[in-house]
Amino acid sequence: MSAPTYTLPPLPYAYDALEPHISAQIMELHHSKHHQTYITNLNAALKTQAEAVHASDITTQVSLQQGIRFNAGGHINHSLFWQNLAPASSGDAKSSAAPQLVKQIKATWGDEDKFRDAFKTALLGIQGSGWGWLVKVETGNEQRLTIVTTKDQDPVVGKGEVPIFGVDMWEHAYYLQYLNGKAAYVENIWNVINWKTAEDRYLGTRADAFKLLKASI
Amino acid sequence: MNSTLLRTTALRSALRASAPTAATRAGLAGTTFVRGKATLPDLPYDYGALEPSISGAIMELHHKNHHNTYVTSFNTFSEQIAEAKAKEDITAQIALQPLLNFHGGGHVNHTLFWENLAPTAQGGGEPPSGALAKAINDSYGSLDAFQTKFNAALAGVQGSGWAWLVQDTQTGSVGIKTYANQDPVVGQFRPILGIDAWEHAYYLQYQNRKAEYFKAIWNVINWKAAEKRFQ
Ligand SMILES: [Fe+2]
Ligand SMILES: [Fe+2]
Ligand SMILES: [Fe+2]
Repeated sequence: MSAPTYTLPPLPYAYDALEPHISAQIMELHHSKHHQTYITNLNAALKTQAEAVHASDITTQVSLQQGIRFNAGGHINHSLFWQNLAPASSGDAKSSAAPQLVKQIKATWGDEDKFRDAFKTALLGIQGSGWGWLVKVETGNEQRLTIVTTKDQDPVVGKGEVPIFGVDMWEHAYYLQYLNGKAAYVENIWNVINWKTAEDRYLGTRADAFKLLKASI
Repeated sequence: MNSTLLRTTALRSALRASAPTAATRAGLAGTTFVRGKATLPDLPYDYGALEPSISGAIMELHHKNHHNTYVTSFNTFSEQIAEAKAKEDITAQIALQPLLNFHGGGHVNHTLFWENLAPTAQGGGEPPSGALAKAINDSYGSLDAFQTKFNAALAGVQGSGWAWLVQDTQTGSVGIKTYANQDPVVGQFRPILGIDAWEHAYYLQYQNRKAEYFKAIWNVINWKAAEKRFQ
């Protein structure tokens, strides 16, 4: 019984491409060390799990669940995060690259500024490590937008939930540049949000948003 | 601290006895919180005194910025909760509880943390002695074995949090417990020794190599402070 092996997806831009909003040093450590560690630990846990399944060892399987959730969450979140960022000079980093999404944002929050304020408040309200996401929730034929915060590496994988874009609020995501000034990080990240990716995820299905994870097995 | 609490309680009963108007109730909340305001404690050593285990830059930011934010936020939310109490607004009081726990916990945890660190010239890294040393040996076999277990607990913190050597107030025995975010050690357990596993505690010096930070910090652990907490 063999387990799949996940590999680190390459960044769709250079480590310094998000300067000055996110430094090259942060991007390199975040991608090549932090994200890689989640993948390494996930692969190890999945291998142990496969052996435990083969051996009908149910207590080991259960004891592995939390580690798998944490490290798989770390892999899923960071994979989505890299894709929902873009260099500030790119046309993708303008909200005009997401006409349909912006239309629904306006319908939901009144205008783009009110949405950004609500998102900022949610991000700064996280106690400890976690993420903030704009999420499309589909129930039957209805769909709505909502802001969700998650703790640690809990991923947005609920039924009918499509993550549109996420912001990493772990200290490792900003500390080398912003220190304890996380409000400035939250302010500046708007310059490098990839609205083109956001529009694609908004118009697509849940499977579309997650397909890059399959590609990196 | 006990006498402050007693005084406040006495003041409350005195005012309650005179059937306070809205104005005197508001005044009471103000008085209580000016009097009971949390303040940032001074460090018992210089910012650079824990080098090379913990850099001066980390210590300064950690104390002056992170800890101080917990102090000011705790005071803000304490005041708001007192106002909600004065207005008998139960839902507002409940809504404020997690904020009080987080920022109050941050204040308590960091205050204990600074005390349980010391420069090597002031005894940092000197192994414990007496009853605490015996309790650790009884539970873990040796100080080395205890530190290995403690470092494994620190490494296992998923997200932000702390690991503590605690004493069970019911049995008297010691154990290792991890706490998420700024959850403080309260209730059944007494905090003896804590290590901050938030990324801000080590990132400027160690980045993702947190195992190196967990190893190095034992060189500046103040076991004398831990012994004083142990009963
Ligand atoms: Fe953190
Ligand atoms: Fe991250
Ligand atoms: Fe801290």
